[in-house]
Amino acid sequence: MSVTDNGVNVQALLDAREALKGAPEAAQFTWRASAKWENGVHSTTTIQNFFGLGKEQAHKTKTEFSADHPEVFAAEDNGITPIEYLLVGLASCLTAGVASVAQNRGIQLRSVESTVEGNHDIRGILGVDSDVRNGFNDVKVTFNIDADASKEDIQALVAQSQKRSAVFDALTNPTNVTVEVA
Amino acid sequence: MRSPTPQTSRSKSPEAGRAIEHVSTVVVGAGHAGLAASHFLSDRSIDHLVLERGEVANSWRHERWDSLRLLTPNWLNRLPGYSYQGPDPDGYLTMGEVVEFIEHFAVASRAPVRTCTSVGSVRREADGYLVSTSRGDIRCRAVVLASGACNVPTVPSFSAELPASVEQLTPFDYRGPDQVSDGGVLVVGASATGVQLAAELQRSGRQVILAVGEHVRLPRVYRGRDVLWWMDASGVWDQRYDEVDDLTRARRLPSPQLVGTPERSTLDLNALTALGVELVGRLATVRDGCALFSGGLRNVCSLADLKMRRLLAGFDEWARTTGRAVEVGPPEEYVPTVVADSTRLRLDLRGGEVGTVVWATGFRPDYGWLDVPVVDEKGRLRHEGGVLDSPGLYALGLPLLRRRRSTFLSGIEDDARAVIDHLARDFAVRRA
Ligand SMILES: Cc1cc2nc3c(=O)[nH]c(=O)nc-3n(C[C@H](O)[C@H](O)[C@H](O)COP(=O)(O)OP(=O)(O)OC[C@H]3O[C@@H](n4cnc5c(N)ncnc54)[C@H](O)[C@@H]3O)c2cc1C
Repeated sequence: MSVTDNGVNVQALLDAREALKGAPEAAQFTWRASAKWENGVHSTTTIQNFFGLGKEQAHKTKTEFSADHPEVFAAEDNGITPIEYLLVGLASCLTAGVASVAQNRGIQLRSVESTVEGNHDIRGILGVDSDVRNGFNDVKVTFNIDADASKEDIQALVAQSQKRSAVFDALTNPTNVTVEVA
Repeated sequence: MRSPTPQTSRSKSPEAGRAIEHVSTVVVGAGHAGLAASHFLSDRSIDHLVLERGEVANSWRHERWDSLRLLTPNWLNRLPGYSYQGPDPDGYLTMGEVVEFIEHFAVASRAPVRTCTSVGSVRREADGYLVSTSRGDIRCRAVVLASGACNVPTVPSFSAELPASVEQLTPFDYRGPDQVSDGGVLVVGASATGVQLAAELQRSGRQVILAVGEHVRLPRVYRGRDVLWWMDASGVWDQRYDEVDDLTRARRLPSPQLVGTPERSTLDLNALTALGVELVGRLATVRDGCALFSGGLRNVCSLADLKMRRLLAGFDEWARTTGRAVEVGPPEEYVPTVVADSTRLRLDLRGGEVGTVVWATGFRPDYGWLDVPVVDEKGRLRHEGGVLDSPGLYALGLPLLRRRRSTFLSGIEDDARAVIDHLARDFAVRRA
């Protein structure tokens, strides 16, 4: 029998799960981003530090994200739109989930591709019609997966990755958001 | 020979000036679990008392709705040395019949039940326990907790945010549709209780919205046999607690979407949609008078469909390899759960569309009276197959206590035998 290797250290995740069972405090993470207005609707957001396992932590490198709006919005298009960042988050989270679950279930992946589409009625943000919401009306993700597994097992992988996805949860369930002026 | 009357003795308690009774074992609760414990204690001639705050089968008398029937078929409701002998082995008992069934079991096993005796505390003492009841104190060497796994309906904390105009009911309050005001009803939870109440309320002419989280879908009958026949015969229900991958998860598994009706009909989400029930995602919270539902309904339905198919494929495989396939009908397939293209994400509870919310969000045990540190931070007993981490203390009647069937009537025989065996061995060791 060949050994499944999707590059995910499942043992470390399972160990963490065991360790955190008795230490809920250590499981409390805070993710942080700092944003800065550039000009127009262009901004830059930087991410490096976060808190977790009881102390300050840092990514290996600092990452900068530019957000802007496309020219059809009469903007300069210095980066993707903020709502597209949600698609980045969802796609990458579900993909990571597929790889982890596959590793855990002993399924060797050859390729995992997906397209994410968010349908958005912009009359909401423009204030054209107050009955239209600002955010997505719906989001559709389509996976194309090549793996040593039946269609049913692949469906189960994708279902399980949604079940354990932080971003899927954040998008499908309400979250309390507080915005203050310091 | 059984010993019907416990050999109890009395001594004076200096504190209360009241006689303290002595018995070797106290069983808390006279549901089928406590009575089964009594059966095996009598078998081993261990003197004991079964203390019950109400009457025998109290939960079935007072904590169930009127139309409820068991979801387990009659032939499957086996208790130690006692089983259904009536004319309809494939039928499902009504509540009145369940009470009678359990009462007969109590009589047949000559259980020393003391009714109207509420246990107010169980405390550890030098060589055993002090059990304080509404009728005095009892000293004993062992206690079997058979007080039930479903003492209190669980209700999410945000229920406090509901507008006062909306009436809230738990399955303990609910008796039947007549008690519910006209107008829409939001039923929260789609396990056995939720799907049954949703169907009954929708049939009564009220528009029901059902909030659906993770659930267990099952057909009532598969290949001509009750789906629980398959669970029983194929050994799925005999899977032991120490063989299960994720025991914590398995113990929290919601009850299956099943109902016991003379027609033996399936009550899955597709059946509810056909009745006119509107499905929405899991109720996530209540904010500014609005119920907010998850947008993840499709995935919980996919998960349930996949798990059902995997289970049924396992049954097919079992039937094929054991030569049982000839006894049953051909394999059957089920259409996936139909979910509307877009489900409602919010419901204004101040708008009058819904006048009642029914919380079918599960039950939990109540150990407020147990003064022994064996309860975890979530209020659940820590135990190893019913053996607690306190000498002489045992539990019965909890989900997957020792096997998958533990939750059901037919699960008690093996569990109670094993637990009472342990108790008796412990007595023998302590005596030696
Ligand atoms: C709605 C519902 C439907 C169910 N349907 C089925 C089914 O179809 N088939 C099936 O096999 N199983 C079913 N079950 C599961 C299970 O069989 C029942 O929960 C059953 O009642 C459990 O039996 P028990 O003896 O463990 O607990 P219970 O029947 O709850 O008995 C516990 C007893 O302990 C008493 N008690 C509690 N605390 C104290 C105290 N402090 N002092 C004194 N007495 C106390 C209670 O009054 C009660 O009589 C169902 C459960 C529920 C909630």
